[in-house]
Amino acid sequence: MSLRYELVVMGTSTGGLHALTHLLAGLPASYPLPIAIVQHRSRDSDERLVTLLNGACPLAVCEAEDKQPLRGPGVYLGPPDYHLLVELDSVALSTEEPVAYSRPSIDVLFESAAYSFGRAVIGVLLTGANQDGTRGLKRIKERGGYVIVQNPDSAESAFMPKHAVKHLLPDRVLNLEQIAAELITRAAETRAG
Amino acid sequence: MVGANQPADVDLASALAAQRFTTGTTELERLEMELLLLAIYRHHGFDFRSYAPASLHRRIRRHLENAHLPTISRLTELILHDPTALQRLLHDLTVNVTAMFRDPTFFAEFRRSVVPLLRTYPTVRIWHAGCSTGEEVYAMSILLEEEGLYERCRIYATDMDSTVLDHARQGIFPLSRMKEYTANYFLGGGKRSLSDYFTAKYDGALFAPRLAKNVLFTQHNLAMDRGFSEFNVIVCRNVLIYFDRSLKDHSLGLFSESLATLGVLCLGRKESLRFTAFEQEFSALSARERIYRRNK
Repeated sequence: MSLRYELVVMGTSTGGLHALTHLLAGLPASYPLPIAIVQHRSRDSDERLVTLLNGACPLAVCEAEDKQPLRGPGVYLGPPDYHLLVELDSVALSTEEPVAYSRPSIDVLFESAAYSFGRAVIGVLLTGANQDGTRGLKRIKERGGYVIVQNPDSAESAFMPKHAVKHLLPDRVLNLEQIAAELITRAAETRAG
Repeated sequence: MVGANQPADVDLASALAAQRFTTGTTELERLEMELLLLAIYRHHGFDFRSYAPASLHRRIRRHLENAHLPTISRLTELILHDPTALQRLLHDLTVNVTAMFRDPTFFAEFRRSVVPLLRTYPTVRIWHAGCSTGEEVYAMSILLEEEGLYERCRIYATDMDSTVLDHARQGIFPLSRMKEYTANYFLGGGKRSLSDYFTAKYDGALFAPRLAKNVLFTQHNLAMDRGFSEFNVIVCRNVLIYFDRSLKDHSLGLFSESLATLGVLCLGRKESLRFTAFEQEFSALSARERIYRRNK
């Protein structure tokens, strides 16, 4: 019996630090799925983000290295000045041009997850003040994956989740404090056959 | 021939595909990718079959958008029948985003821990693999000149794409980026002023020809060509990230063969010898800056 889902991808921008610490704190150290995260950050941002997240949740959080195997439990954060992508069973990085001024870009992560993981991916879009993520969530939906968008009313910055719900139909629109529980439920789902 | 065709990879890919892709479109797109890469290889001799697939797929999709093509199969047809199509595709497939003194702390560390080693050699041979339009090569020439080493250095700067090498030989980079490069240059331990090294003309910065005097720009494809001998330093930063694991290992094998005893290997900030077969062959001179030295 194998799991229906194999990977969680998350994207966030403005307000993301608070949202991520809150959300990740709700997941147990044994949460089975690897979680890949893009938080928009400046080129010269340092390791404080990974330190903060590590201190805030039971899961181990690392800044992703190229070709690092993707294994749960574990959180893989996109490093500054690289795009974060996922291949079949590992992380991949890229120095291609920023997308809509962002590197890492949420769309790039989400689209690669849709391509490599198909229906086995859960995409989560949180607070933010730009349009990044919508296009990627659409790809995840097209490929049969599961899409969760933070309720814009509960987001520190509503623009990004609002833009997503305007352009696609998420499986769930949830308040921040409900998302961890939803991720735990989905991770327990098994695949028929 | 390496990589995607090895049985282990194929088994893994098909086992995972069975559980991840039930929708027909996904499978079709993967098939189209396979056929395109085969066409490029068989008809033109460029082997992209061992590139990291999701990352390559993204660049192919971007190319389709730029070229207003509806499907990957349409592109395959052009690759086979339109002689000009390949060059346009190569331009989009190879990642030519580069900068002078990207990751300044790397250059500072190079001055600190590699330069003293190089001082002990009467001649120094450096291979800059995947040099793209050459910004980082000129940056290295500047560093070596400031350290009084440039005259004894021979730098082989290679890329698979001949058009970026033409660009690199000219040594003209956008003037608009000089502010960023100047900041990087100082953070990387620059001793003069970056503007001492170029003359501004229109919107370009023309770098002093002496910085390319000891550089040989030449075509080399890590996926297909053999190594050289025998280098004291190999710099290959943010190139292997576009390869799959087997092609990365293959390239590291070339580097290992091409390095002199105790030679130095420099990788990008977020790539390492971890998860590779070469972890034991090298020791870190600076683990943080990804500067390694061969153990023997």
